[in-house]
Amino acid sequence: MSANGKPKFAMYWAASCGGCEIAVLNTGEKILDVDANFDVVFWPVAMDAKYKDVEAMPDKSILLTLFNGGIRNQENEAMAHLLRRKSQILVAFGSCACEGCIPGLANLSTTEQIFDAVYDSITTDNPQNYRPQYQTKVPEGDIHIPKFYPVLRTLDQVIDVDYYMPGCPPESHQIAEVIDLVIQVIHGQASLPPAGSVIGAGNSTVCDECPRQRNVKTIKGFQRIQDIAELDPDLCLLEQGIPCNGPATRSGCGALCPQAGAQCIGCYGPAEGVVDYGARLMSAFASVIDSNDPAEIEQILDQLPDPAGQFYRFNLAGSLLRAAKPVWKQ
Amino acid sequence: MSEQFEPILVGFTCNWCSYRAADLAGTARVKYPPNIRLIRLMCSGRLDPAFVMKALAEGADGVLITGCHPGECHYLEQNYKALRRFLLLRRTLEQMGIEPGRIKLVWASAAEGVKLAHEINTMVEEVRAMGPLNWPKRWESNGFHATVKEQEQEVTA
Repeated sequence: MSANGKPKFAMYWAASCGGCEIAVLNTGEKILDVDANFDVVFWPVAMDAKYKDVEAMPDKSILLTLFNGGIRNQENEAMAHLLRRKSQILVAFGSCACEGCIPGLANLSTTEQIFDAVYDSITTDNPQNYRPQYQTKVPEGDIHIPKFYPVLRTLDQVIDVDYYMPGCPPESHQIAEVIDLVIQVIHGQASLPPAGSVIGAGNSTVCDECPRQRNVKTIKGFQRIQDIAELDPDLCLLEQGIPCNGPATRSGCGALCPQAGAQCIGCYGPAEGVVDYGARLMSAFASVIDSNDPAEIEQILDQLPDPAGQFYRFNLAGSLLRAAKPVWKQ
Repeated sequence: MSEQFEPILVGFTCNWCSYRAADLAGTARVKYPPNIRLIRLMCSGRLDPAFVMKALAEGADGVLITGCHPGECHYLEQNYKALRRFLLLRRTLEQMGIEPGRIKLVWASAAEGVKLAHEINTMVEEVRAMGPLNWPKRWESNGFHATVKEQEQEVTA
């Protein structure tokens, strides 16, 4: 409790884009409830605070920390450990913290390939070919920057996590519900869900929430959605040959993308009970292909030029294999 | 360095054909190397690609998937489903840096004990030539809840 008697709240971003913070602010006037019920002590995107301020806080003094972002470098890891120590409830907030998300796709590339893409590609103006140096000598002394890790890890691969809130970003109405729940818990009107549970999301799949008509699915080929002149507005997208990730993805978003005529890309992560997200999708996709001839099947699969990207767009770092062999071998 | 590398293979067999083929190989005293650990499924169509990934992530150097010949599935056409999953899985694993030869699909009827033993022999030698896979950490995961398990050395008899 702080001087004004309110419990403390923190939010931090590690390897993420900042969309999660936008989603929190997007809850509208609900953000005023956060302010009314919490003392916001640390939230780099919204207020000024230094890491040493957090270090000075007593252990377990922050009631609720929303941690978004994966663990890409030394700084991310140090902050994860620090906030774990200072927080009573720590939530892996958003897809990056839960399962790696888009930054986790870098687990298909070696550090050198990543740096080449960033510092030496056709869109980069870097004639001196500058590369980050972990240590630089300047007249005032040595400057260190955090070390870049070869493999991006999810938050729970680094520290213990109390709750998981999936989504890229989590839907604002789901965040509002979770905020309401926490406020009720503070006032003793509700109890916390069991530790380790997934909050702010459904227990089923996106297909379950999707209003599109599903029949017995069989297809003769995959197509990119932008290559289809006329999309049937009522028929299942997968049945129309569009690689839709709905069958393996957790519900909770309200099937927004399929309803808007775009395929589900899987941002809510694996549905309840799914061991490996990509494996479940592979099963689903392989089941709908209407061919028993190996040569024809290979031809159909050629229409999915990047299976790892399709099946693990959000989930690579949190999958069974986590990273490609050249990446963990480096 | 006289000791040669002994690969560990996990083999998934179908109750109605390849498991019986392996059984037949045993009854007929046809030898196949003990490098393979056979797991019986009711059908190759039961094979979730996650089984293969879990095997590779937890120390297997290769995975052999076996099932009934096309057209002979006990459950009509689930082996075709296995075929499609296998082809898709192999492409995905290739992107993860796993050599395509580390997973293999073989059809073997209940009468083909000798064929199955031969296929196992061939695959063990192929994977031996590729060397160990040594996927780094052993994992238990149900998607969101992942924990690292201590690396255990498998004791061979």
